[in-house]
Amino acid sequence: MPRITTLAEAVSAHIHDGDTVAMEGFTHLIPHAAGHEIIRQQRKNLTLIRMTPDLIYDQMIGMGCAKKVVFSWGGNPGVGSLYRFRDAVEKAWPAPLEIEEHSHAAMANAYEAGAAGLPLAVFRGYIGADLPKVNPNIKFIQCPFTGETLAAVPAHRPDVAVIHAQKADRQGNVLIDGIAGVQKEVVLASKRSIVTVEEIVDDLKPGSFNAVVLPAWTVTAIAEVPGGAYPSYAQGYYARDNAFYKKWDEIARERDTFLAWMKANVLDQGPEIFAAHTRPLRVAAE
Amino acid sequence: MADAYTSNEMMTIAAARAMRNEDVCFVGIGMPSAASNLARLTHAPDITLIYESGTIATKPDVLPLSIGDSELCETALTTVSVPEMFRYWLQGGRITVGFLGGAQIDKFANLNTTVIGPYDKPKVRLPGGGGAPEIATSCGEIFIIMAQGKRSFVDKLDFITSLGHGEGGDHRARLGLKTKGPTKLVTDLCIFQPDPVTREMIVTSIHPGVTREKIQENTGWPVRFADKVAETPTPTAKELETLRALHARTAAAHGKAA
Repeated sequence: MPRITTLAEAVSAHIHDGDTVAMEGFTHLIPHAAGHEIIRQQRKNLTLIRMTPDLIYDQMIGMGCAKKVVFSWGGNPGVGSLYRFRDAVEKAWPAPLEIEEHSHAAMANAYEAGAAGLPLAVFRGYIGADLPKVNPNIKFIQCPFTGETLAAVPAHRPDVAVIHAQKADRQGNVLIDGIAGVQKEVVLASKRSIVTVEEIVDDLKPGSFNAVVLPAWTVTAIAEVPGGAYPSYAQGYYARDNAFYKKWDEIARERDTFLAWMKANVLDQGPEIFAAHTRPLRVAAE
Repeated sequence: MADAYTSNEMMTIAAARAMRNEDVCFVGIGMPSAASNLARLTHAPDITLIYESGTIATKPDVLPLSIGDSELCETALTTVSVPEMFRYWLQGGRITVGFLGGAQIDKFANLNTTVIGPYDKPKVRLPGGGGAPEIATSCGEIFIIMAQGKRSFVDKLDFITSLGHGEGGDHRARLGLKTKGPTKLVTDLCIFQPDPVTREMIVTSIHPGVTREKIQENTGWPVRFADKVAETPTPTAKELETLRALHARTAAAHGKAA
């Protein structure tokens, strides 16, 4: 059974310097509060896996947590660049950053293979593309039945998965609703997992026989962090703050404005500030 | 007489017109999303729009800023996981049209969204491929929408993120692909389509008021024009109204950066 604990204790107990950590959430349910906690606890030399590094890894890279990023699309969605990510890749600030770059299809397949306990993922991909020339972890194999050439990448087997979800019950079963991304796969592919949730409830009430539920015995630690996905969103709880994603472009463009924002909003704060973001859906639009 | 319109609006409208009511379209964020939803709101009400976040047959009222806005999930017929999206729906061959943009394109409609300069010492690190490498090869055909300019329409790509017609001719077939690849490239100046034999993208329609010289000035390779070049029909009042209303709803919903 997962330990229901605080976010600070979960990070302290389960994420160590040098770990391979996958913090997932495909635009939806990105575990931003957990990212802030890792920054506060000054974890170093992490290998960070994520399909879309997004603001969460932009912040962690800029604060020096990352040694390597494994990813497939490193932009600010609909806005432009992730300037801290770019600064690390282009100018090695605050430290050199190793990258391992894939396509979305490869990353999704690699998580699924990890969850399935396989050593590799096989798919029809990267045909005519240059990524296989720069990423030695992309190889091609022949189908033993048809002879077709197919792409192969190693399965993702992170030390720790970190996700945010809507609910957990008191036994530690977790419910994910809406755009489910690769969260089920990343938890099942990882040795340990930390799940932050909007709320801990008596009854999960899944709403469908086929709801995405992670049974308690697949999860290592759970922390209740209302608003913990902000400025990403939690379906049914609060909307994505698209205006903040645009604002991040200004904040992160320069090193000093970035560091000032991180000090005021992360280093000098705790996970409780995220609760302020659990405003009703669509307030911004009305 | 339609109102005055911008070249950007002409581009989006011309791209929207390429979409058919029966298409199942894998939509990228930004201009592909605007064009696809304009098609849905005008001549193609039954078009199936799919975003890589897993939302199938989505009908957003405002354009999503990200590929996974809640609007997409709330208005979708169903939402599947991302591995399922890429494995069953894209790789499985269920998508008729993939709609892409890029930072750089060459005359065979290969796209670069990865890097300007050498990969190991980038001058500009771009976001990367995301879904594009497999969208480009798994969809029945590909539409591309991109504003023209010498920095983006280049003779040689710094990096091939996603395959167009490769080196031209039967290159795709030699790689084992049965899908058509880029069949339409819609820009702010004109429409390119592949030459049936060489697969070089050639101009088949020019937007009203645009000259051949202007197209050449904004293209980094010697542009070829089809024997018969059409003039792209002017945007209709309905197309313009629908597109502007969509953008206005979107701006109101996303808010201004404080």
